[in-house]
Amino acid sequence: MVNAVLFWVIAALTVVPALSLLFARKAVHIAMSIVLVMVGLATAYVTLGAPFLGVVQIIVYTGAVMMLFLFVLMLVGVDQKEDLRETLKGQRWIGLLTAAGLGAFLVSIVARVSIPAAEEAVSGEPDVIAQLLFEEYVLVIEVLGFLLITAAVGALVLTHVPRLKPRRTQLEVQRDRVRVGADPVNKPFPGVYARHNALDVPALDPEGEPIAGSVSRVLKIRSQTQEGEEFRAQLEDPSRKEGDR
Amino acid sequence: MDPINFVILAAILFAIGSAAVLLRRNAIVAFMGVELMLNAANLALVAFSRIHGEIDGQVMAFFVMVVAAAEVVVGLAIIIAVFRARQTISLDEPAELKG
Repeated sequence: MVNAVLFWVIAALTVVPALSLLFARKAVHIAMSIVLVMVGLATAYVTLGAPFLGVVQIIVYTGAVMMLFLFVLMLVGVDQKEDLRETLKGQRWIGLLTAAGLGAFLVSIVARVSIPAAEEAVSGEPDVIAQLLFEEYVLVIEVLGFLLITAAVGALVLTHVPRLKPRRTQLEVQRDRVRVGADPVNKPFPGVYARHNALDVPALDPEGEPIAGSVSRVLKIRSQTQEGEEFRAQLEDPSRKEGDR
Repeated sequence: MDPINFVILAAILFAIGSAAVLLRRNAIVAFMGVELMLNAANLALVAFSRIHGEIDGQVMAFFVMVVAAAEVVVGLAIIIAVFRARQTISLDEPAELKG
């Protein structure tokens, strides 16, 4: 027999988060509550004498499936608005009624049945399951292998986007840049003599003129740059020695 | 407590999942409803395995899990493909097939 307190805890842990499917607005919140539901179901499996299935439930559902859901949610954008217009009139109420009716029907039928439960739970340990899987159901296992491979290849095919234009090589990219008139080499780095925080000081060209392009655009917008003129003056002043401030 | 209560719990979860499929427009949320229904079926299988003292129910639940995993992979790939084509995952948008 099953511990009553444990049953009610599992029931609360599964039904309450599952209701978020109907009432929560954000898909990420729903996914996280479904993770809770999966954990609750894993607990139920362990309670019912199926420890192997409980662990598989955690690994497959909370670990792989729900994370895949979150991944896809990230990919399509978390802030996808759900549109609440009714394309079919009264669909919401009909749907709710149908689902509630289905639930009431199932519950009323099941509640009327009484099957004497076996006294001891069968052992759902991995070795017992494995024995059954690879003896009686070995053909099914093979077919499931095919199914998984087909599904993986199908997902690859479905999400694959064929390339419309041939890929541009590095050589072509560089050639185009030069044709437009860009400098073929790197921009000069900022900083003269690496003094203090030298990122804010423009580099000097061979004539001693500061090169404006060598300082980060962001620092320029924040006006946190220095002119570089003072360093040029230092360059030309023979009375100052290296290391003077 | 009688393990048949877990079957009732499974029925309730199945109803919630089906309500989500019927009511929600967001394809991913509706898909999570499908997942919940599959899990409810699993719970019923495991509960019956406990009631009858047979292990086959657990093996069937295991098979359902594998099939559900494959289904999730393909389903989410389809959702991504639809999203790429029309920048939405609303279930009401792709209405070209109507007669």
